[in-house]
Amino acid sequence: MELASLAIRSIFVENILLAYFLGMCSFLAISKRVQTATGLGMAVIFVQTLTVPANWVIRRFLLDPGALAWTGSAALAALDLSFLTFICFIAVIASLVQLVEMILDRFFPRLHHSLGIFLPLITVNCAILGGSLFMVERSYGFAESVVFGASSGVGWALAIMAMAAIRKKLRYSNIPGGLRGLGITMIMTGLMAMAFMIFAGIQF
Amino acid sequence: MKFLLHWIERARPWFGPEGRLRRFFPIYEAGETFLFTPASVTRGAPHVRDALDIKRTMITVAVALVPCLLFGIFNAGYQYNTANQVADAGFLAHVFQGAWIVLPIVLVSYAVGGAWEVLFAMVRKHEINEGFLVTGLLFPLTLPPTIPLWQVAVGISFGIVLGKEIFGGTGFNVLNPALTARAFLFFAYPAQITGDRVWTVVRDRAETVAGFTGATPLAVAADVPAGASLGEALREAGFAWSDMAGGLIGGSIGETSLIPIALGALILVAGGVGAWRIMAGGLLGLAAASGLFGLFAGEAVRPFVGMGPHLHLAMGSVAFGLVFMATDPVSAAASNPGKWIYGFLIGALVVTVRVANPAFPEGVMLSILFMNVMAPLIDHAVLQAHLRARHRYLAGFGHA
Repeated sequence: MELASLAIRSIFVENILLAYFLGMCSFLAISKRVQTATGLGMAVIFVQTLTVPANWVIRRFLLDPGALAWTGSAALAALDLSFLTFICFIAVIASLVQLVEMILDRFFPRLHHSLGIFLPLITVNCAILGGSLFMVERSYGFAESVVFGASSGVGWALAIMAMAAIRKKLRYSNIPGGLRGLGITMIMTGLMAMAFMIFAGIQF
Repeated sequence: MKFLLHWIERARPWFGPEGRLRRFFPIYEAGETFLFTPASVTRGAPHVRDALDIKRTMITVAVALVPCLLFGIFNAGYQYNTANQVADAGFLAHVFQGAWIVLPIVLVSYAVGGAWEVLFAMVRKHEINEGFLVTGLLFPLTLPPTIPLWQVAVGISFGIVLGKEIFGGTGFNVLNPALTARAFLFFAYPAQITGDRVWTVVRDRAETVAGFTGATPLAVAADVPAGASLGEALREAGFAWSDMAGGLIGGSIGETSLIPIALGALILVAGGVGAWRIMAGGLLGLAAASGLFGLFAGEAVRPFVGMGPHLHLAMGSVAFGLVFMATDPVSAAASNPGKWIYGFLIGALVVTVRVANPAFPEGVMLSILFMNVMAPLIDHAVLQAHLRARHRYLAGFGHA
């Protein structure tokens, strides 16, 4: 029940995109077509589901103060490596993204092509690093970090898919010249975030 | 009528491409379309979604709203006279008092909204659409009668400009403009649009009739503690089911009574303008979600959690929202299966927000806006499923 509540919270209430505005760059750039947006959404879910627990393990057994106590060595147990948090997280994310890219290139070459540069750029997608950092900040356990990783990815994917479908509709709209493209997308993001306010404060 | 036609024909050259007043052509065109049915038809995109022309669609909606407006006027006056203990107020006194309260709100909404519409039509050279007749009337009907007029002006400006015109005007918006306007007021000035004090115009709090609190049925029902009887508490506060359905209670101007709303729904469905699938889907969603929450009901939880769908329907603005807001053909899902899903999720979300979200007492506005955001995605999914089914079907014959 706790975990289900966490999942609903991170998909809707604390949607990583529309409540924290993380991962905006790829959200704005890749939301032109629903199919591509779905592909990127799936990639983000995959990367997020793996990186958050992986980083939890690294944090818990390598970096936290006294985390190395399992080695049995007193000298290692006294170490505090948490200053390495950022670099380690980024390295984990980068290597997992590399993995995703190789899988997509091998099995879904068309999707790989349409995602283009933005697939490697998941590496620096703030939503991914943000997810890992939220995990640390909110001191989630392992199970929680798995659920949080997956569901925050789902929330991000849901938002980008909705946006892509809306932009498909907007393609036929008579938008004033200066607002075409990113301008109207930014405004639409704001309006979407307003609609997502429905979940703010929900309790189970 | 002859002299009007003659007059319009005489003025035509002034507004033509060479005329001195060509900048004001949209105003001329609007006047002409309003009075007569011109031979020229719109070439714009709004036609794509409906075989009816946009003028008839929108005027039908405006007509369907009239019962709600009239009842809203009467009720606003009735609430005022009752709460303030006005001596021997009769039917006419209620109507005049109500008109005094409601009509300024409607007028401001029309004047300010119309000014934006005309401005954009002139600058961007599109037609003035009858859509604004609907938005300009829907918006005031969702407001409490105590709303300050300047907030009406600010709200309708936000709704028309950011909700509709920057997307290109009628037919292009993603969110319902009237609800966008209301949501803007709701988050920007919550004190004037939520709570117990805004639903009835009160002269002096100290002089109100004994027992007057101004609380809405939703607020009363949500506050009933675990173990107590919901029906009892509602009856005590003067909210038996028939009171809430009949609608002589405080609330937003147009939404209190089910009767004029049902009449409006009839006009919309009979006119082929409102999607009955959305309304039916919404009712189903309402019933399903309240049934689901009913499973959690018991001695230990608030009785509000297990409240039946008939009470959910009579309270708050869910009926008004489902009939007039959710069926907006521009912002709703367009495919038929999509309409069922869209309506169902609105109904289910409304109950979920009422029961599980203590931040908002009522969830109709935000449920519809949220589903407006999701509607294009639903349509996309329906379309893809249909395409896949067709492919399978054709593959059965050895094609494709």
